[in-house]
Amino acid sequence: MKATMTQQILAKKLGIKATDPSLKAGNLVLVEADTALSNDVTAPVAIDVFNKSGCALCDAKKVTFVLDHFTPNRDIQSANQCKIVRDFAREKGVENFFDVGSMGIEHALLPEKGIAKPWDVIIGADSHTCTYGALGAFSTGVGSTDIAGIMMSGKIWLKVPSAIRFNLIGKPSPSISGKDVILYIIGKIGVDGALYKSIEFAGEGVKYMTADDRFTICNMAIECGAKNGVFPIDETTDEYTKESCGKTFDRFETPDADSYEQTIDIDLSAIRPIVAKPHLPGNTEFVDELKEDIKIDQVVIGSCTNGRLSDLAQAAKVLEGRKVNKNVRTIIIPATNKIYLQALEKGYISTFIKGGAIVSTPTCGPCLGGHMGILASGEVAVTTTNRNFIGRMGAKDSYIYLASPATAMASAIAGKITCADKLED
Amino acid sequence: MIKGKVFKFGNDIDTDIIVPATYLSTFDPKELAKHCMEYTNPEFYGEVKEGDIIVAGKNFGCGSSREHAPIAIKGCGVSIVIAKSFARIFYRNALNIGLYILECPDAVDGINAGDTVEVNVDTGVITNVTTGKSWQAAPFPGFIQNIIECGGLINAIKADKFN
Ligand code: SF4
Repeated sequence: MKATMTQQILAKKLGIKATDPSLKAGNLVLVEADTALSNDVTAPVAIDVFNKSGCALCDAKKVTFVLDHFTPNRDIQSANQCKIVRDFAREKGVENFFDVGSMGIEHALLPEKGIAKPWDVIIGADSHTCTYGALGAFSTGVGSTDIAGIMMSGKIWLKVPSAIRFNLIGKPSPSISGKDVILYIIGKIGVDGALYKSIEFAGEGVKYMTADDRFTICNMAIECGAKNGVFPIDETTDEYTKESCGKTFDRFETPDADSYEQTIDIDLSAIRPIVAKPHLPGNTEFVDELKEDIKIDQVVIGSCTNGRLSDLAQAAKVLEGRKVNKNVRTIIIPATNKIYLQALEKGYISTFIKGGAIVSTPTCGPCLGGHMGILASGEVAVTTTNRNFIGRMGAKDSYIYLASPATAMASAIAGKITCADKLED
Repeated sequence: MIKGKVFKFGNDIDTDIIVPATYLSTFDPKELAKHCMEYTNPEFYGEVKEGDIIVAGKNFGCGSSREHAPIAIKGCGVSIVIAKSFARIFYRNALNIGLYILECPDAVDGINAGDTVEVNVDTGVITNVTTGKSWQAAPFPGFIQNIIECGGLINAIKADKFN
C-alpha cells in the first residue's frame, strides 16, 4: 500500500518506510523540523519561553522570524515586541530574520526565499503555516511553546493525521482562481470538515492549478480544520523551485486510494465565483446566487492568501480602464517586496492608483484588524483574506465577505458584491 | 482531582471570541484574562472563579494559532476545558502550556451551565456532582501525560523527557 503524501514526508524524516506501523494515523511521532517559523505576534512569546528555559539554541539555521503583522509598527507596544525579536536575532546570529525592507507576509516570503521547499517539515507559530503544502512540504501551525521547543531540541511531537483526498476533475473556467476552489471546498465540507486531518490533492485537475493557486488553497486548509494540505510535486512545482531554490525535487509515489479515510471528487468545471458570507469561511454562496444587493464600504486585496503577483494581476486586469466606486475604500497590499516591485514593473501599481485604489507596503495589516484599514461599526468589506470571523477586521458589528481578487476588485468597481463577468463596460 | 462550577459555551468558539486580536500585543496572563470572551460574554471575566470549568460544543478554539487563547483561559483561573472536540492547534497549545482539556461529547450534553463538575484527570472520569451522572473520557496517552506531569512541554524538554 502506498501511503499518503504526508506519511511519505514524515517517513523520509524518520528514515523509515512510509508504510511503517509507527506512521499509522493517530500515532504520535517525534520528528526533526527543518524550519521553525514565528512572527512579531508569536516570536516574542517563543523567545520569552526559550530565554526562561535557560537552554542553548539548538541550530540558528532552523529558526526563521518574520515581522509582518503590526509592521511597520502601528504603536509603541508592537514596536517593543518587534525589538525583542530583532535583538534576539542579532544576538543569536539568526540569518533568516526579515524586517522592514526585506520582509513580506511570512507565508508568501518563505517559499519565495527558498526557505520552504518540497519534502521539508516546516513548523510555524501561525495557523496559516499550512500554506507550504502547495510545494509538497509538510507544514502546520503550532503555538509559540512548540517553537521554543524546536529552538531548544530541534524536534516537534506530531500526531500522524488521517487524510481526505480531493480528487480534482474537470477544467476550471478562466474566471475561477484557487480562492474560488478552496472556498467551494470549505463550503462543501464545513469549517470542521477536515478537523485534525490532512487534505491532499490529486487528479487530472491538479495541472490547472498554478503555484499561486496551490498556495491559496493550502493556505486555507486550516479554515476547514485541517492540519495540513498537500499538492503533488510536479512540473508546476519544478518551475517554482528552479527559481526559488535553483533545483527540482523528487516526486511522491502516488498514494493508494485506501490510504485515505475518504475521497471527495471536486468538479472544477462546476465552480463559479464564490464568496464566504459573515461570519464563517464555510458560509459560502455563488455570487450569482446572492439574493440581494450587498453594498460595500471597503475592499482589501492582499494577505498570505491572495497577495501574490498573479492575484494582483487578476485584480489589475479587472480594474484596467475603470475606476473603483467612490464609496469603496480599496486597499491593495502586495505580500512581499519582490511582488511589489514586479507589480510596479508590470504596471499593475499604476493601474491601481489611477483607478482610485491605494497601495500599501507589505503587511498583514487589516487582515487581522491590526492597522491599515480597520472597519467601523456596521461597515461591510469584501476581502481576499482568509477569515471573516466576528470583529476580525475591526468593529464587532462589521461584516466581512471573503472572495477572490477578481471578485473583490469587481465589487470595488460596482460598489456592491459582484463578479468580474457581470461588470458593465 | 478538579472540581468547579461550569460555564457553558456553544459550538465553534473561535480564538477571536476567546481573546480579540486587538489585545495580542501583550502576553501577560492577567491582562489577557480581562478580555477573555469579552465580545460574546462580557460578564464572564467578572464571574469566573479559580478552579471553575468551561464546557463547550464542537471545534472549540478554532481560528488562529495564538497561544494567547489558552493563556487567557488559564489566566482566568479555569481548571479544565471539556468540549465535544477541539481545534487542533488549540489542543496542542493547551497541553503545552499545562491547561487540562478533555474531549467528551456525552458529558457536554449532560452538563448544564452552573452545575458543579468533578474530573479525575488520571482516569478520565467526569462526574456531574449536581445530577450525579458520570462519563468516561479517554485519558491522555503516556507521551502527553509526561508533558502535563512535567508542567508543560518546556519542562519536559528540560527534564530530558522529550525523547
Ligand atoms: S496575512 Fe492575515 S492570515 Fe496571513 S499571516 Fe498575516 S494576519 Fe495571518
